[in-house]
Amino acid sequence: MDVAFPPGRHGWLCPVIWARDLTKSYATKTSGDVLAVDSIDLEVGPGESFGILGANGAGKSTTMRMIGATLQRTSGELTILGHDPQHEGPLIRAHLGVVPQQDTLDTDLTVRENIYVYGRYFGLSRAELQPRVDDLLDFAQLQDKRDAKVDSLSGGMKRRLTIARSLVNEPSLLLLDEPTTGLDPQARHLLWDRLFRLRETGVTLVLTTHYMDEAEQLCERLVVMDAGRIVAEGSPAHLIRTHAGREVVEVRFGAQRSNEVVPHLAGIGQRTEVLPDRILLYTEAGEADLHEIVARGLTPTTALVRRASLEDVFLRLTGRTLVDE
Amino acid sequence: MILQALTSTTAVAIAQRRAGLADAGIRSGRARMLLLRNTLALRTSNALAFLTGFVEPVLFLVAFGYGVGALIGDVSDGEQSVSYAAFIAPALLAASAMNGAIYDSTFNVYFKMHFQRVYQAMMSTSLGPLDVALGEIGWAMIRGASYAVGFLVVATLFGLTTTWWSLLLIPAAMLIAFAFAAIGMSLTSLMTSFQQLNWLQFWMLPLFLFSGTFYPITAYPDWLQVIVQATPLWQGIAMTRSLAFGVIDMALMGHVLYFMVIGALGLLATTRRLNALFLR
Ligand SMILES: Nc1ncnc2c1ncn2[C@@H]1O[C@H](COP(=O)(O)OP(=O)(O)OP(=O)(O)O)[C@@H](O)[C@H]1O
Ligand SMILES: [Mg+2]
Repeated sequence: MDVAFPPGRHGWLCPVIWARDLTKSYATKTSGDVLAVDSIDLEVGPGESFGILGANGAGKSTTMRMIGATLQRTSGELTILGHDPQHEGPLIRAHLGVVPQQDTLDTDLTVRENIYVYGRYFGLSRAELQPRVDDLLDFAQLQDKRDAKVDSLSGGMKRRLTIARSLVNEPSLLLLDEPTTGLDPQARHLLWDRLFRLRETGVTLVLTTHYMDEAEQLCERLVVMDAGRIVAEGSPAHLIRTHAGREVVEVRFGAQRSNEVVPHLAGIGQRTEVLPDRILLYTEAGEADLHEIVARGLTPTTALVRRASLEDVFLRLTGRTLVDE
Repeated sequence: MILQALTSTTAVAIAQRRAGLADAGIRSGRARMLLLRNTLALRTSNALAFLTGFVEPVLFLVAFGYGVGALIGDVSDGEQSVSYAAFIAPALLAASAMNGAIYDSTFNVYFKMHFQRVYQAMMSTSLGPLDVALGEIGWAMIRGASYAVGFLVVATLFGLTTTWWSLLLIPAAMLIAFAFAAIGMSLTSLMTSFQQLNWLQFWMLPLFLFSGTFYPITAYPDWLQVIVQATPLWQGIAMTRSLAFGVIDMALMGHVLYFMVIGALGLLATTRRLNALFLR
């Protein structure tokens, strides 16, 4: 079934993902209906790498599962590659690679069998799969673990295996739900490298993350979600420019003094954000402002001038930090 | 275009071939991939449980058929009179088909559903809930059939098979396994804790002991006989016994129909429930 799209803001003829007023509420026994995704619009074009940034419970996974055609929407419209997931779930899923937030690797099978059997679920033939499984083991750098049981892998290896497995059907859209959460920096960089390579092959990437550096690295465009709604959309640079400014002065005065100091900072920077452990000043000229603070005799215990980041955008938009501290 | 769709082997092309069919949303026609998966998994995990199913009925046959049987002598079931071992052998076969199917469709399925998250993975591919239900139930049937073959060989060695109708015990065991697995899996998919599974297991022993396995149910008062006759294991035992003794009649057809109906109902319930669990 092909759907004619109203001309979208981004002007793609056939967007990979197209959502209008997409809404999901879960019916629960204990707390009634939980509105997890609240009337969001999405548009992702072919070959884009698109990020969904949000704190715990923002609705990222719910959105991903609706896109992945394993969760039915409550209302609104959703089209994946021109198909409606409500009616053509299996067909849509044949196009997709899915890396769920929690691994679903088959612990009864070996590393190699995990990829092979997953390919068979799609109906791919044994002859076709054999060389492909081998390539994917190379891609995930798991060739020497091919006959190991999944339980014996480290967290990073499992994540790499999940990604390799998700590629077995040569997906045109790859959905990655927090692909690097819980991994050490080295493992994250290895994963990022694999994702860069995929991007170059034209695969559309949609990923969720808590990490602003990950979003800055991997996403050309992203949305910030908060409590089921999209609160901002754009490229990382654009979001930082519009919502955070250029630089940030981070000063700490110790827990007791912090509140006394705030009134004395009036007039410095464009905006002030008071956190439990520190004060952030958003500004165009960080060094000059820091001099001004010191000149007023406010002597912070520590001070830092840095470039504004997505973390600041998030804080600005939601009043919360991205990663729970 | 159409030719390309027929010869091309990409995952999308494979899915497209079924896209127009009425059951395309719930079935891809690849339930056999679950058999592949379970066969590979067997190597590493469930081999022992699988073997137990072969050994158990043989142990019962020796202990009861020949131990207790020596005290009892022959048993008369209506017109025929047979040795006690020959009397319980088909019942043990039915019970082992039941046990294997229940074990697979309860504990194994629950573990895969909630801990291994195997079905989540399957249903993020182009497989559908009916594939998963058919695959798991089919696996239980294969298990039932292999128990039946093993037990038939043993029973023949003991000289307990007297008619060629006994060969039909193999499909009969599969039918019993089908129905029990379908019901077992549909109940398991409703459960939210291992405790509830233990309750299911709790009913298995009385079912095994009191379904006419070790004595004819004419030992019960009439009203109780009616109740027992409605239970699935009695139906299974009545079916295997009549095949083992070569009694081919309408009652036999009734048993077959009974299993087909409850199996189909279980399959339907399981599919709906898997859909609700993993695709809602
Ligand atoms: N199966 C469910 N039943 C009921 N409520 C749910 C279910 N799944 C999620 N929720 C609720 O929906 C909201 C959004 O959850 P979701 O998992 O989409 O958030 P998330 O952005 O992925 O969070 P995280 O960063 O922790 O993964 C939360 O309030 C959550 O409690
Ligand atoms: Mg999540």
